[in-house]
Amino acid sequence: MLGLNKKDTKFLLIVVALTMFTPIILQPFAEGTGLAQFNAGYPDLMQRFAIFGIFAIGFNILFGLTGYLSFGHAAFLGVGSYSAVWMFKLLSMNVIPGILLAVATSGVFALLIGYVSLRRSGIYFSILTLAFAQMSFNLAYSVLTPITNGETGLQLALDDPRILDGVNNSGSLPVTNIFGLAMNSSTQIEVLGRVWTFNVGYYFCAIIAILAFYLSLRIFRSPFGMMLRAVKSNQQRMNYTGLNSRPYTLAAFVISGMYAGLAGGLLASMDPLAGAERMQWTASGEVVLMTILGGAGTLMGPVLGAGFIKYFENIFSKINDTVLHGWFSFMPDGLEDLLVVLVHPFVGKGWHLTLGILFMLVVVFLPGGLIEGGQRIAALFKRKRSDDDNLDPEHHPKQTPHVAE
Amino acid sequence: MGILEVKGVGKRFGGLQALGDVNLSVGENSVHAIIGPNGAGKSTLLNCLIGKLIPDTGSVMFDGQSVLGRKPHEICQMGISRVFQTPEVFGDLTVFENMLIPCFAKRDGAFRLHAFETIAQEKDVVEKAQVMLEDVNMQDKLHMTAASLSRGDKRRLEMAMCLVQDPKLLLLDEPTAGMARADTNNTIDLLKEIKDKRDITIAIIEHDMHVVFSLAERITVLAQGTPLVEDTPDNIKGHPKVREAYLGESHG
Repeated sequence: MLGLNKKDTKFLLIVVALTMFTPIILQPFAEGTGLAQFNAGYPDLMQRFAIFGIFAIGFNILFGLTGYLSFGHAAFLGVGSYSAVWMFKLLSMNVIPGILLAVATSGVFALLIGYVSLRRSGIYFSILTLAFAQMSFNLAYSVLTPITNGETGLQLALDDPRILDGVNNSGSLPVTNIFGLAMNSSTQIEVLGRVWTFNVGYYFCAIIAILAFYLSLRIFRSPFGMMLRAVKSNQQRMNYTGLNSRPYTLAAFVISGMYAGLAGGLLASMDPLAGAERMQWTASGEVVLMTILGGAGTLMGPVLGAGFIKYFENIFSKINDTVLHGWFSFMPDGLEDLLVVLVHPFVGKGWHLTLGILFMLVVVFLPGGLIEGGQRIAALFKRKRSDDDNLDPEHHPKQTPHVAE
Repeated sequence: MGILEVKGVGKRFGGLQALGDVNLSVGENSVHAIIGPNGAGKSTLLNCLIGKLIPDTGSVMFDGQSVLGRKPHEICQMGISRVFQTPEVFGDLTVFENMLIPCFAKRDGAFRLHAFETIAQEKDVVEKAQVMLEDVNMQDKLHMTAASLSRGDKRRLEMAMCLVQDPKLLLLDEPTAGMARADTNNTIDLLKEIKDKRDITIAIIEHDMHVVFSLAERITVLAQGTPLVEDTPDNIKGHPKVREAYLGESHG
């Protein structure tokens, strides 16, 4: 189906199902109960899962397949956001033109940066992309203020032309929509004594994320994807096989830049403002963390990594001292205070400390990321089963899949 | 005129004249060996042929076209394939994928954005790769990663990856360096078999005299960046100049 073999089709269907039911799966605890704070915030956080999932999927096409580590991908995210907001200001609040322009401009931008940066490989490539991204950030922050509105960030205004939308007399800012359906509108359905909310913005992001995932699946399985893995494996052999690695890496760079632009456009579609901080190096670093944490070069890994980081960022930063005191209140006073003091640096604003430790643990013990963790657990169960069948593992060598999943 | 014509090639690295005035003609469908003691300039000459280095003077013509200033992938597309001293394969990829890549390169050229086809759809390429792998007896190792192969298998795979592109000239850079005698003999047999089966020119750079004398039809001896003699193996064996170059002047 859809040009995929059976296994991949099944895989894609699982991903579709997971994405569609995310609002239900990730809100297991009823509102008002003590555990509700562990629910993933809806719709904001789940939109972020989908959007940063797209960002990471795109980044993985470059980093996971070719091994070129870009430290400046946030620049494309920022360019995408600015483009989309300009479209909302000038043309229409419909998100489609905004997103299309976001993908196009970030593609052009990626072509320029990639053309220069890809003259070098390894650490020099990373430094070049980092330098370009910081340049973009500083341009957006100060020099290009007429276009980017500097440190305030680009926002909608009542007197924007919005040629296609007609005159706005309501006195309030219009909302982003898709052919009239507002992004922030929701449908609520009551089932099993609980209210389930289905948000238009989330489902819009989710559908685009599925398309983006499908596209990356096709790229992974294509001859082009194989060539990209060949770049990572042995560039010398590739050149002496009559292949020019430069256009391959440039194509991968542009494709992943366009993914980042798409993510940026979606961010702006959910919340129509764009700030320079979206292009800062910390944002570029975050997508690297997501991809490595989840499992670089695997299909699902980056999405998992993005979800993992965004979820825990949200949960951990919500926990403050009051919440901690609440948790440890059953203990004697002195011990309670001590525990709160000990845990305090890891939560709230200190969440990055927890992320850093987690990242170190994953890199040291699970170099293949969370995906490898999952595979190891699966292998553990499989081994138990195969022991019963008395299979000799020597005579059943593990075959490496064409692409790790 | 030979398929590969090297005329007056010189290359200087700072104060070192690595290649003096090299003239070399490799005849079509012959096996031509280039030998010489350490530092004679064999590798520099090879690198000039495959686009890694550009010589300061002289010309290198292959099949009537100059190769100078061309990139390695362009030279390969012209029909020169290179086998490395240590086998260079795509270690992270499976044996089958290793074989697919040169097939795609042969069919589609140096670059093609075929991102939406699946590999299975490309039946002609898949079939060609499978036939070649059966030819070299590796069909049972299709799904192993190339890095997990033994050194001998890697060499065979690399050779097959070159041959599947039907090159006009196969360049071998010390193909038996660091090999045990048995492996060396296997390589010799493999090369003889290749030579018997197809119309191909082989240029070989080698240290091991056993290999050179069992394969070569013509031999060029290189010493201190200039060709000393070029002759048939029988004449080279007893040539006083060659013994001098290898053993030092006092023993000449």
